[in-house]
Amino acid sequence: MKKTLMKGNEAVAEAAIRAGCKCYFGYPITPQNEVGAYMSAKLHQHGGVFLQAESEIAAINMVYGCAATGTRCMTSSSSPGISLKTEGISYMAGADLPAVILSVQRGGPGLGTIQPSQADYFQTTRALGHGDLHLPVFAPYSVQEMVDVTTKAFDIAEEYRTPVIILADGLLGQMMEPVSFDDEEVIEKPEKTFDWVADGHMGKRKKNIITSLQIESEELEQTITAREKRFEKLKANHTQSESVNCDDADIVIAAYGSASRVVQSAMEMAREEGLKVGTFRPVTISPFPVNAIVKACKNAKKVLVVEMSLGQMVDDVKMALEHKIPVEFYGRQGGFVPGPQEILDVVRRLK
Amino acid sequence: MPKFTRPNALADTPTHYCPGCTHGVIHRLVAEVIDEMDIMNTTIGVLPVGCAVFGYNYFNFDGVQASHGRAPAVATGVKRAKPDRLVFTYQGDGDLAAIGTAEIVHAAARGENITTIFVNNTIYGMTGGQMAPTTLPGQKTQTSPFGRDTEKVGFPIRVCEMLSTLDGVAYAERVSVHDAKHINAAKKAIKKAFEIQMRGEGFSIIELLSTCPTNWGLTPPASLEWLKENMLPYYPLGVYKEKQELTKGASK
Repeated sequence: MKKTLMKGNEAVAEAAIRAGCKCYFGYPITPQNEVGAYMSAKLHQHGGVFLQAESEIAAINMVYGCAATGTRCMTSSSSPGISLKTEGISYMAGADLPAVILSVQRGGPGLGTIQPSQADYFQTTRALGHGDLHLPVFAPYSVQEMVDVTTKAFDIAEEYRTPVIILADGLLGQMMEPVSFDDEEVIEKPEKTFDWVADGHMGKRKKNIITSLQIESEELEQTITAREKRFEKLKANHTQSESVNCDDADIVIAAYGSASRVVQSAMEMAREEGLKVGTFRPVTISPFPVNAIVKACKNAKKVLVVEMSLGQMVDDVKMALEHKIPVEFYGRQGGFVPGPQEILDVVRRLK
Repeated sequence: MPKFTRPNALADTPTHYCPGCTHGVIHRLVAEVIDEMDIMNTTIGVLPVGCAVFGYNYFNFDGVQASHGRAPAVATGVKRAKPDRLVFTYQGDGDLAAIGTAEIVHAAARGENITTIFVNNTIYGMTGGQMAPTTLPGQKTQTSPFGRDTEKVGFPIRVCEMLSTLDGVAYAERVSVHDAKHINAAKKAIKKAFEIQMRGEGFSIIELLSTCPTNWGLTPPASLEWLKENMLPYYPLGVYKEKQELTKGASK
């Protein structure tokens, strides 16, 4: 398969177009501007629409409206912009609307820095808007995986009628790696039809209403529990993770996204020194791969979680392991990516 | 003599509107126009937070509920995906002229080919009568109990006048529904706006001066009188923008 050298941000855009994304709505913010730039140059060639909105809030609401017609669509942003989009994401979850949202994290809080960060794990897995909701979140670690999860995200969004989040960071978005796509060319997909969409009923069906408003508690509770049932099904079918060298590992290092790349190198260095170290990498951080991490840590004496934050995923790891194994944390903040040597130093101290 | 019947586009269901509220009249006008244009099957209404939040239940075409103020953005998404449909927003003055100011201005500036039905009754109705961006100077509301003090909270926004400065606006007209004559004129304006959209000429907005007897603390007839005496002088009726060169088919 032909490989192309692409930036992560551009690769997501190309993968989205190939997945049949017809509309992109966005607002400029660093470090993800390549997505909008790519879409503005390419999407119209495939009968799609690129529109730069007046705000992040408008962009996500355009996605909401577009998704309401059953049209494949997406938006992308970075931390401060994702904060603004959370209102719209909550409404989309409440109205069961499928779409893909790429979040390219930078350092915060506030305006923070444009350097890569993993400080939005809590926001993404716990608080993408108000209300009782669970959203699927993919956290790729390479440009190729950004492509792979983008393709998957559009299908899952429609199958489970939910917004799907791809959580990357400034490093993944900006770096170039060789990627391949399933097909050499963009293959135009036939437009799907759905029975729930509000696209003009043509006199052929009853009117459809897209809404998150359910004023009666009985109805709202039913809707929420039905939605959660779908999420449980999604959990069973699409929870994804990767374990390397965990079978004999005394120490398992858990990390996702960019941090997991560095952890991989640290693990290899540790193995060369004869330290029995393995790695665990969730690809979906929501649903969190609970069973897989329990299995990966079966023989571990200690678990080390490495994040580019004060420590957020570490909570999920502790919950998954039910405090049966000591869980340590090492993190860098403010836009720093830890180096393999500093992680190796931590591993040596743990031993 | 034509029989007075329910328009096909208007659902046969009771509404939640207060007695004497003019939302019902405006709903009917929208439905009558959609019937006359025979576009019910291809219409999508976008109804945001406010008294009309349940509006999608009262029409027989597809409806999308929008979050507070965001209807023009939601309608943009619908229209860009389905450009041959009639897409309109139905927004109150709090929704459009306060929390949704950015969305309405930029939909208008883009010349987004949608129509906004803007219901101005100078007050937040659904939440119990708070001061709105359109509340008149001196008008008493729940949050301006001594009357709107323009020294402290500024002046009302005249939406049609403001939007008429934007090149993307194809049509902007302010009408009223306080008597039969004006109701007929309002219907004509709505029809004109929908026709402009169907011809693809750009953004259109019809502002309808409307009443809120409950939160104004007046009877329905007194409300109509109050509208006439107080709102008409501050919000003059008329066409604020009509993009002539476009209706003649010329492009710049």
